[in-house]
Amino acid sequence: MSDVFVDFSDDSFENDVLKSDLPVLVDFWAEWCGPCKMLTPVIEEIAAEFNGKIKCGKVNVDNCPNTASSYGIRSIPSLLFFKNGKVEEQLVGAVPKQQIVDILNKLG
Amino acid sequence: MLENVIIIGSGPAGFTAALYAARANLKPLLFEGNQPGGQLTITTDVENYPGFVNGIMGPDLMNVFREQAKRFGTRALFENIDKVDFSTRPFKLWSGDKKYESNTVILATGASAKLLGLENEQKLMGHGVSACATCDGYFYKDKKVIVVGGGDSAAEEATFLTKFASEVVLVHRRDELRASKIMQDRVFQNPKISLLWNSSIADFMGDVESGGLKSVKVKNTLDGSISDLKCDGAFIAIGHKPNSSIFVDQIELDKSGYVITKSDSTLTSIPGIFAAGDLQDTVYRQAITAAGSGCMAAMDAEKYLESLH
Repeated sequence: MSDVFVDFSDDSFENDVLKSDLPVLVDFWAEWCGPCKMLTPVIEEIAAEFNGKIKCGKVNVDNCPNTASSYGIRSIPSLLFFKNGKVEEQLVGAVPKQQIVDILNKLG
Repeated sequence: MLENVIIIGSGPAGFTAALYAARANLKPLLFEGNQPGGQLTITTDVENYPGFVNGIMGPDLMNVFREQAKRFGTRALFENIDKVDFSTRPFKLWSGDKKYESNTVILATGASAKLLGLENEQKLMGHGVSACATCDGYFYKDKKVIVVGGGDSAAEEATFLTKFASEVVLVHRRDELRASKIMQDRVFQNPKISLLWNSSIADFMGDVESGGLKSVKVKNTLDGSISDLKCDGAFIAIGHKPNSSIFVDQIELDKSGYVITKSDSTLTSIPGIFAAGDLQDTVYRQAITAAGSGCMAAMDAEKYLESLH
């Protein structure tokens, strides 16, 4: 696990994401989800490239059922883009890197 | 840098082509694309790939393919080729702004799940509508879901979803399934699965703000009548279409978009461009046949490169 692509939990979500000064990219994923695992290296690259400008982390839906259900997650991988505690954008599925980068450039 | 072999695609066809090309010392460069590992990464147990007595999980199988191809020097990039120019040599390929050049190219971009094409289907994707049961089934514990389709993938998804859902309705536009006998038996013997024959989906009802999908409008294909079917989730499994959009106007495709290959080979309409796997297979479309044609493509490419000298 890289130090720029952190794990969020139900307990830490408010402090780490909602109260974050930086925009936050949250990747909802699970161990048993093939496309999620394929997206992981892509987000790791993005996390390194945007280090200091955007916070990147993931939420394991098995371990964090509350967070997943409060954002109505019904498909994974799902990427949620937070700014000032609010969801600004949402992407569903293993989307191309460029599509994620474009949104981050707009937010950051 | 001019490459010998560029492979586009990372399913069984792409990685088998890479394995053979690497072992022929051609130092292949492979582009994994937007779905690294391909369609098998969204399946569960693969029970019909020879060599695995007890089956293997789709994503695990693809990791093995990747490792084996890399062991002999394949370079695999997590990039997507979005433009090609096969009109001049060397062939040119672009991933965003990055340009690559190669003497031969093996096309192995596979196929993707087809959708129904309804406006609300796109709107509710990820909010009750799904094309991946293994990804999203988990979110439908004790819920009622439908599966649309009648082939092997529909039967597999319906069976898989019974692990979570309280009720699964398989909606099919004909009065019999196309799925293989063993998959049909699993469907018919599962008490949680019911079948809705001669039915197609006319619309998806619900909106994202109020919690997503609520029901579907089902059209009876015999008398045209429309009825409401309440459900929390709808999984689309109506077949696949070849991922050939970037090759239109570059090489010969058939009317469904499949790359046309010369019989008993992987040769396309352009010498030096080869095609393997689901992208050119209108008949079999299996992991093992894709792998087989990937091997053929690498051998065809090797022979072609020798002819250049």
